[in-house]
Amino acid sequence: MHEVDMTRCLLLSMNEWKQQHAPRVPAVDRVHLEVGTFTCVEPDQLVVTWADAVKGSWLDGAELVIESVPLVGRCVRCQATYSPDPADGFRSPCCQHPMEEIVSGRELRIRSVAYGFDTAPSASTAPPTASHPAAAG
Amino acid sequence: MHMPLEDSLGLNLLAANQHRAEHNREHFDAWNLLCLNVMSSPGAGKTSLLERSLAALSGRWAMAVLEGDMTTLLDAERLEAVGIPVVPITTGRACHLDAAMVSGGLKLLRQRLDPAALDILWVENVGNLVCPAEFAIGEHRKVALLSVTEGDDKPLKYPVMFREADCVLITKVDLLPHLPVDVERIEAHIRQVNPRTAVFRLSATTGEGFEAWHDWLDAQRQAVQTSPALLHA
Ligand SMILES: Nc1nc2c(ncn2[C@@H]2O[C@H](COP(=O)(O)OP(=O)(O)O)[C@@H](O)[C@H]2O)c(=O)[nH]1
Ligand SMILES: [Mg+2]
Ligand SMILES: [Zn+2]
Ligand SMILES: [Zn+2]
Ligand SMILES: [Zn+2]
Repeated sequence: MHEVDMTRCLLLSMNEWKQQHAPRVPAVDRVHLEVGTFTCVEPDQLVVTWADAVKGSWLDGAELVIESVPLVGRCVRCQATYSPDPADGFRSPCCQHPMEEIVSGRELRIRSVAYGFDTAPSASTAPPTASHPAAAG
Repeated sequence: MHMPLEDSLGLNLLAANQHRAEHNREHFDAWNLLCLNVMSSPGAGKTSLLERSLAALSGRWAMAVLEGDMTTLLDAERLEAVGIPVVPITTGRACHLDAAMVSGGLKLLRQRLDPAALDILWVENVGNLVCPAEFAIGEHRKVALLSVTEGDDKPLKYPVMFREADCVLITKVDLLPHLPVDVERIEAHIRQVNPRTAVFRLSATTGEGFEAWHDWLDAQRQAVQTSPALLHA
């Protein structure tokens, strides 16, 4: 359910990115995300809601590629890194220490965007509302 | 077809919300108030907590509530009854509050009062243990509630919420004699995922534990005293 809101947020962030190229509208092929397993995001559901949400928008057809980043903790006693296991209370297996330091697993990151421009830039003359030119070709 | 380009962003997926949260936070700091984000599963006791804390603290602090968990108008009435302004936040069917919704609530609040006169702004989030923890609203502190009726495995099942909390309140401890649940285990599980968080055991029914919780609140209120920042008009 909250993947819908996550997607909306992702779209807002993508719109912010699009502004950097204004007035041209980039044709996006792929959006690469890094999603930690210690977040509330279900990657599979996010892909589904994304495909739905971008239909008819400037991101129509853009593929969402999600790289899952595992939860890794560091034991503050002995500095060893470990994979915290919920079934074992996220303890460090070395010292049975609680999960104090998280090295990775909290990522919710847009790593990169693969894109291009379908037509020659009409840059300064194009109105800011210029729509995706793909259909014209 | 086009020339393939690639931009490395390294941008937070929730960047758009983050920016709005930072904006809310600038306002909170300019108004020199402490903003608390109160979160829990439905029915864990957020409104009951507010009722008792607002009544106990209204002589000491000027407070207001942004209410994002209104099931009925009754909830707002319960809180207004102790003389505290309550502004409902329209969430639609959202399962959490985001920074934009809180910003909308702030607009309504400003029609009723000058927030600079407030010491503490409470935000009661939507009842949900999953995603509210992930959406910043500009708060200074996250407060998570867990009632003893929910069982001792919840901190391990919903670890992100308890990991993010600056303070965890174990609520409804008056029910402990009637339940096959070990409150020590609940607290141990909370500390397992977040060894640094403050933990208090409370009963909104009997008032047990509220003194220590209010002391913690006072300390947070003192800690956010900042020199008023300059803001846009
Ligand atoms: N026994 C007991 N019941 C409580 C306590 N706090 C709240 N409740 C009850 O739990 C239910 C839900 O409380 P409420 O404050 O509305 O929870 P919210 O949904 O998190 O705002 C209500 O029936 C309350 O009367 C408590 O400390 N002890
Ligand atoms: Mg409530
Ligand atoms: Zn160790
Ligand atoms: Zn503003
Ligand atoms: Zn949500």
